[in-house]
Amino acid sequence: MIREAEILVIGGGPAGLCAAAAAASLGARVLVCERDYVPGGQLVKQTHKFFGSEKQYAGDRGIHIGRLLVENALADPNIEILTEATVLGIYEDGIVTVLHDNRHIKIRPQKTIVTTGASEKFLAFPGNDLPGIYGAGAVQTLMNVAGVRPAERVLMVGAGNIGLIVSYQLMQAGVEVAGVIEAAPKIGGYLVHASKIRRAGVPIRTGYTVKEAHGNGKLEGVTICKLDDNWQQIPGTEEEIACDTLCLAVGLTPLTELCWQAGCEMAFIRELSGHVPLVDENLETTVSGIYAAGDVSGIEEASSAMVEGRLAGFAAAESLGYEAERARELKAAAAAELSELRSGPAGARILAGLTKASGLLASKKGGQAVC
Amino acid sequence: MLIQNGIPTAEDILSVTPPKERFAKGAVAIAECFQKIPCNPCTKACVKKAIRVEPDINETPRIDFDVCNGCGACIARCPGLAIFVVDKTYSDTEALVKLPFEFLPVPKEGQLACGLSRSGEELGWFPVVKAVSGGKKNMTWTVTLAVPKELAMEVRNIKAGGYQDGR
Repeated sequence: MIREAEILVIGGGPAGLCAAAAAASLGARVLVCERDYVPGGQLVKQTHKFFGSEKQYAGDRGIHIGRLLVENALADPNIEILTEATVLGIYEDGIVTVLHDNRHIKIRPQKTIVTTGASEKFLAFPGNDLPGIYGAGAVQTLMNVAGVRPAERVLMVGAGNIGLIVSYQLMQAGVEVAGVIEAAPKIGGYLVHASKIRRAGVPIRTGYTVKEAHGNGKLEGVTICKLDDNWQQIPGTEEEIACDTLCLAVGLTPLTELCWQAGCEMAFIRELSGHVPLVDENLETTVSGIYAAGDVSGIEEASSAMVEGRLAGFAAAESLGYEAERARELKAAAAAELSELRSGPAGARILAGLTKASGLLASKKGGQAVC
Repeated sequence: MLIQNGIPTAEDILSVTPPKERFAKGAVAIAECFQKIPCNPCTKACVKKAIRVEPDINETPRIDFDVCNGCGACIARCPGLAIFVVDKTYSDTEALVKLPFEFLPVPKEGQLACGLSRSGEELGWFPVVKAVSGGKKNMTWTVTLAVPKELAMEVRNIKAGGYQDGR
């Protein structure tokens, strides 16, 4: 049996839940497939307060924003959420296959919004397969979702927002943080996060990397060393740091498998942290009826993911004929929020990436016109 | 440097420090927020509208020290935990420092807590004058320490746990 859906949202994180709520508010019926056993995406473990403005729930903690978005979605008669529902493929005839409840189900959506988010990058160094070496996201899940104290003493690799925030949360969980090392010459995350852990006594050392990890059957220590201006290890600068856990927070990359499989035009854009689907102003990919929002189309803050989700949701509902005029106004408001969030120095990188992406999209479209 | 180690420089701090005359009038908020990021909950936190993030959300906050009465409502509302209140008129020798705190256990009024500098260095044991919860939703505590006047612009954190009783 094939299940019909007006709008299918793939991924129940901040972008997906906001996309669903936006489309449903205009009257569209939305089905959300979330592969985890609870919706909310990464918000379920974000115990820190969010930045941004009131419109993106700034000042509220991620866990509370997640709870609010999920409660609103569950209360909305136009939204159905399937949990433990992993989307496996998007096929040429428009059929989307999903593994749910140990069964293979088929969905025929009229519109699809891909909000699959991102995955963590890993780092290559000798000993990186020792037990005790984690992605920062896993450690955050263990502490903040499962309530497990994940370590005694941690070395954090990466001073982006994730590395800084997870270090802080580890300390809140009573774990000793030996330090944060960062290969770049500068701290990449928000400096207020850096100052917060620094004044709790955690050293942050830029221009350092992991040379190797060692231990007998499990991690016991890490050798770090300095990097030169060309990111090469400087011999003789090695230092030993004793720790039972090494946390890698070395960046995220968009989870785009479904976009590739659906045949969306993709491009590698460094500023967006990997291959991303090219999207237009409605966040529609080059495959008609498939939209992409949130980290899947470029790694950014959750505040922006929520607004992108909203924009895609309004656009998808509009294309189905729901409240065209209101949809246009709401889309414009969401677009304005995005430009506001991205207008400062912190958004410069994303803006540069998006400009590249839209240039590529325009040239592809131009190419097609000539053919 | 702040961008390399997370510690604001003396110049950074000076750029957001209220003038001497303002300190002489009592409690005042100081936003140690030096980076242009999209964030403005502090502006909504202040009932007196003393904090402005203008012309757009990416600006760093400006506190109008003549309007600010040092109430401290902004402390727990700042997502970056970057706002502090200093009252140099507390006594002849001591100043009050109100700071945001998110570790357990929270020190209790009357206990002594170890004060930390911006680099996490231990500056001494200081009486906890007050500890106020930000409530169920906010969850950030605002803790007030009485510190020697010369440390009013140095103490910015509390070492979690190991509090001592009494003065």
